[in-house]
Amino acid sequence: MLAIRGRRRRRGAEGEHSTRVGVGRTAGGTTQWDWSVDRTHPGRQAVRVTELNQADISAEIAAKHAEYDAAREKGMPPLDSPLIDFAPYRSSVLRHPTKNPKLVDPETIELASPTFGHRDVAAVESDLTIQHAGEPLGERMVVAGRVLDGEGRPVAHQLVEVWQANSAGRYIHQRDQHPAPLDPNFTGAGRCITDAQGNYRFTTIKPGAYPWKNHVNAWRPAHIHFSLFGNAFTQRLVTQMYFPGDPLFPLDPIYQSIPDRAARDRLVAAYDHELSSPEWSLGYRWDIVLTGPKATWIEPEGSDA
Amino acid sequence: MSSTAGTAGQTVGPFFRYGLEIENGGLLVEPHSPGAIRLHGTVYDGAGDPIPDALLEIWQNAADGSIPTAEGSLTDRDGFTGFGRVHVTDDGAYEFWTLLPDADFISVVVFARGLMDRLHSRIYLPGRSDAFLESLDADERATLVAVATADGLRHDIRLQGERETVFLAFG
Repeated sequence: MLAIRGRRRRRGAEGEHSTRVGVGRTAGGTTQWDWSVDRTHPGRQAVRVTELNQADISAEIAAKHAEYDAAREKGMPPLDSPLIDFAPYRSSVLRHPTKNPKLVDPETIELASPTFGHRDVAAVESDLTIQHAGEPLGERMVVAGRVLDGEGRPVAHQLVEVWQANSAGRYIHQRDQHPAPLDPNFTGAGRCITDAQGNYRFTTIKPGAYPWKNHVNAWRPAHIHFSLFGNAFTQRLVTQMYFPGDPLFPLDPIYQSIPDRAARDRLVAAYDHELSSPEWSLGYRWDIVLTGPKATWIEPEGSDA
Repeated sequence: MSSTAGTAGQTVGPFFRYGLEIENGGLLVEPHSPGAIRLHGTVYDGAGDPIPDALLEIWQNAADGSIPTAEGSLTDRDGFTGFGRVHVTDDGAYEFWTLLPDADFISVVVFARGLMDRLHSRIYLPGRSDAFLESLDADERATLVAVATADGLRHDIRLQGERETVFLAFG
C-alpha cells in the first residue's frame, strides 16, 4: 500500500512546467506519482514515474558507454557527437528520432551559410561585464579561441552567440526558479563576429554550477552555451563549453551523452595564462571545429558479436 | 571525409531563449508584402504532443534561385538575407514570412530542450523534387514535403513516432 504524500513543486523537470507530485514509499524504493497537468495534456491521469537518484543515472550512463565501447571494438569510428537516444537525460526520451539520419550530398544552399557582420553585432556585445551600470559579481575572465571547419579552414567573419548562468548559477530566464541570487549587473548573453582567422573573444564572469530536476540532487557542471555558424549551413552547431577539472563531469547526463572520452575532453576549455591579465581577469582558451552530422555507422554483415 | 575531429554538439538546454533572441527573426520579408508566403507548422514529440520549447532556423535561396550573401542576417529586414530563426509558441507552433525560393527545398535546423544535438532537415516545396527525395519511400517523402495553403505552406516536424520527419546526415 502506498502512502501518498503530496507536495507542490514550483517547477518540473528543468523548470518548464508546474508539477504536482506525490511521493510514496514502497519496498522497492521511492515511487513518484506525477500529477502534472501540463498545457499539452489537459486532464491527463497521474503517471507513475520512479524518482531516480544519481546511482541510477550513473548506471544508465555506464551501460550506454559500454555499448559504445563494444561498437568501437567492432570497428566503428570514434563519434564526435552525443548519442541522441540517451535516456539518462530524461527530457530526451520522446524528443529524439528513432530512425537513422539519411545520408545526402549537400546542395549548394547547404554548402553556403548565412552572412552576418559588424552591422549585425556591435563590438561591445562581446563583453558581458559591461551591459549594466555596475560590475557583475564573480570571477572575471576572457574566453577566446578559434573556429575552424572540418578541413581546418578558419570560419571567418561568422556569428558566435553565447549565453550562461551568473556566478551564483542562476539564469536570467524567467523559468529558472533556482533560489540563488540574480545579479542586476549580469544578463549573461553575448555575441561576436569571428575575425579573418576565425578568432573569437568574449569577456565575462565564470558561471556557477546549477541544480536541475533531471533526477534527485542533479547539478550541471559550470558551462557556457555556444551557438556557431560554419562555412556551410551543414556545420551549424549549438554546444556547451566546460571548465577544467569539474568534479561534476562524471555525474552529468548531458556532458556524458557524448560517449567518446576524447570528444568529451574537447568540450573542456584550457586555462591559458597568456589570456589572463594582471590585476584584472583570468583566461581560458577553447577552439571549436565544425564538421556537420555524419552518417550512422552500421555494423558490417558477418561480424560476430 | 573530415580531417579534423569535430566539436560535439550539446542540447540547447532549458534556458536558451534570451541567448538566441532575434527581433522579428521569423520575418525574412514583410508579412503580406508582394510575393510573401507564410511558412508555418507545429513541432511534435514522440507522443504526438506539441513541443513548447523548440527553436527552428531556416536558410534558403532567394526568389531568383541565388544564394543570399548580403550582411545583416540578424538585423536587416529590408533586404532578403535567406535566414530566419523562430522560437515556437507554447503550442509548438512556428511561423516564418518569406519568399518562395527558386529551389527544390528550404533548409531547416531544429533545436529543442531535451534534444541532445541539432537536427538538419529539408522542407521541399510542393511539386518540386530531386534525386534524394525520389530515393525515399512514400511515407518518408511525405514527412519532407510542405503542403500548400491559401497564404503559403504548412509543414509539421515530428521528432519521433510513426510519421517521424526524415533528418539528414551529410556525405
